[in-house]
Amino acid sequence: MTPTPERMSGWDRSADPEKDPALIPDPATTEVPAPLRETIEAAMARYPDRHSAAIPALHAAQALHGWCSPQAIEQAACVMRVTPAYLDSVASFYDMLENRPVGRHSVYVCTNISCSLRGADALLAAIGEAAADDADFNVRSFECLGACDIAPMASVDGVYVGPLSADDVPQLLEDARSGRPVLPDKQLATRPVADPRANSEDFPPHAAEQGRSR
Amino acid sequence: MSDELLFKDIDEPGLNTLPVYEARGGYAALRKALAMTPGEVLAELEASGLRGRGGAGFQMGKKVSFLPQGSMDKYLVCNADESEPGTFKDRELMQKNPHLLIEGIVIAAHAAGTERSFIYIRGEYVLQAEMLDAALAEARDAGYLGERILGSDHSLSLVLHRGAGAYICGEETALLDSLEGKRGNPRLKPPFPANQGLYQGPTLINNVETLSTVPAITAMGGRRYAELGVETSTGTKLVSVSGHVQRPGNYEVELGIPSREIIYDLAGGPPSGQEIKCWFPGGSSAPVLTADDLDVPYDFDSLAKAGSMLGSGAIIVVDDSTPIVDLALKVAMFYRHESCGKCTPCREGTNWTVKMLERIDCGEATPMDLDIMASVQDHIIGNCLCVLGDAMAMPIGSMIAKFRGEFEAHIDAARARAEPALASAPAGEQAPLAHEAS
Repeated sequence: MTPTPERMSGWDRSADPEKDPALIPDPATTEVPAPLRETIEAAMARYPDRHSAAIPALHAAQALHGWCSPQAIEQAACVMRVTPAYLDSVASFYDMLENRPVGRHSVYVCTNISCSLRGADALLAAIGEAAADDADFNVRSFECLGACDIAPMASVDGVYVGPLSADDVPQLLEDARSGRPVLPDKQLATRPVADPRANSEDFPPHAAEQGRSR
Repeated sequence: MSDELLFKDIDEPGLNTLPVYEARGGYAALRKALAMTPGEVLAELEASGLRGRGGAGFQMGKKVSFLPQGSMDKYLVCNADESEPGTFKDRELMQKNPHLLIEGIVIAAHAAGTERSFIYIRGEYVLQAEMLDAALAEARDAGYLGERILGSDHSLSLVLHRGAGAYICGEETALLDSLEGKRGNPRLKPPFPANQGLYQGPTLINNVETLSTVPAITAMGGRRYAELGVETSTGTKLVSVSGHVQRPGNYEVELGIPSREIIYDLAGGPPSGQEIKCWFPGGSSAPVLTADDLDVPYDFDSLAKAGSMLGSGAIIVVDDSTPIVDLALKVAMFYRHESCGKCTPCREGTNWTVKMLERIDCGEATPMDLDIMASVQDHIIGNCLCVLGDAMAMPIGSMIAKFRGEFEAHIDAARARAEPALASAPAGEQAPLAHEAS
């Protein structure tokens, strides 16, 4: 197992040409936690070709290790019988797979057109500022999360909430920290289709102003 | 809206569970379809005129008929990677009525003669994946999925596959690569997926909404379905309306209704005191239309004739308080981030478009740059393996064409702001960005 604490994928740092490329990890010397092994093996069994389990395997490894660390990649590669480089190539392609250590609470703020027209950029800045000193949070912009009806919105540990204003930010972070349901009144799960009241009352008069600033 | 097919009882509590779904007639269409031959089911799909709801608008029945006959490993893949900006209709269907989609998949697989199917759902849709997972377990237990469905000789396995965040995976061939466990890069076409798709086998790929419409077509008959809507755009369509409207959300409409009715009557129009500057009729990949186009009927061919497209059925309304340069930059930045980098025109074209728009905004551009930017868009279109680059080039090109005066005024104003600052800035320091002053 590689003890390196951090490894950047892609072009940022070239590989060491002196070293041979890593082979498929040896099951005899690679320790893989049993639940992770079972999850990945179950995923491989679902497909005609085991390679299809690459994303499910990386999701599972990331859930265990917090990010797609060299150790996470190596364990997944060992179970899948592929090289670490193969999984690295996959992990570096997808936005939800992290290639560096991140906080355990993910806050994806949608900053695409519909959300930014309603003040998403200011919201992202407010959340980023409020969580700046807390290493537990991974705050980033993400596009487009497919919830333009509750714009501006965020996905907090996978839970969609919106429409959000700067006033919601302290509660949002506090709920995530303490493991409570995040802003229960603003969760997408409870919103009826085309709610006649949705956003109509709280369309902020200053939204246009916020939309203009970047 | 008495003609709701997909959103009928959509907010009924528990519709996502099998007992409620069955109680309101769920899986009756599947029983009817299983009593028919695959050819008969296909004939109904073809008679319905149903066009794909994911973006391309290709006739579904025709797509099914392209699959080769005979026994071989054939696949059905449901594209649930809904990631076109402004689109959130499939989310609603999967979250609130997952059995409708499952029923549609089983019927479509029967028509296409496939025994293995997959749903590729975008990784961000956690709740929707959970809802589908639970519904799949119920459907398997009840015998609607698996070996010899309801005693017929039609068998079907269905696997839910979660993506991990990549817009490009909504493109059908990139989706197939991703589903095979690779980076989501598009493939050269032909061969088309109907001949050589997933694991090199013939593959039928359809959007969630398209497949969710199949039970209704089976139940009411293709001919009767085709009476809804207009001649070349039959049926109803879920439209996601967002941006500067008072009631953003999903609405089911009969194709062919005036766009104005969707934007003003259903979604409430822009907030009071504001006017519509432009709108995307089919997600951010569609060329923008203006307030002059509000009476264009909302259907595939009328929107194409108006110079845009119905796309995924996502209307994004932008009011007159938004500078067009800001809008263009948002669009371009998104496609730059999401370009997979395989084809040069897209990778470089999206990157340079962003750079040129930033130059416009900070006062370093001249009006000539507008022509260069427009020509970059022209050189992207049609020159890549997939249409991601086109999806930026078309809206940006339309913005330059329709709002040229505003672009030029923006360039002049930004230059006027930047030049005195440039003159007084100490050597080596960047002038303040124009948007700080705007």
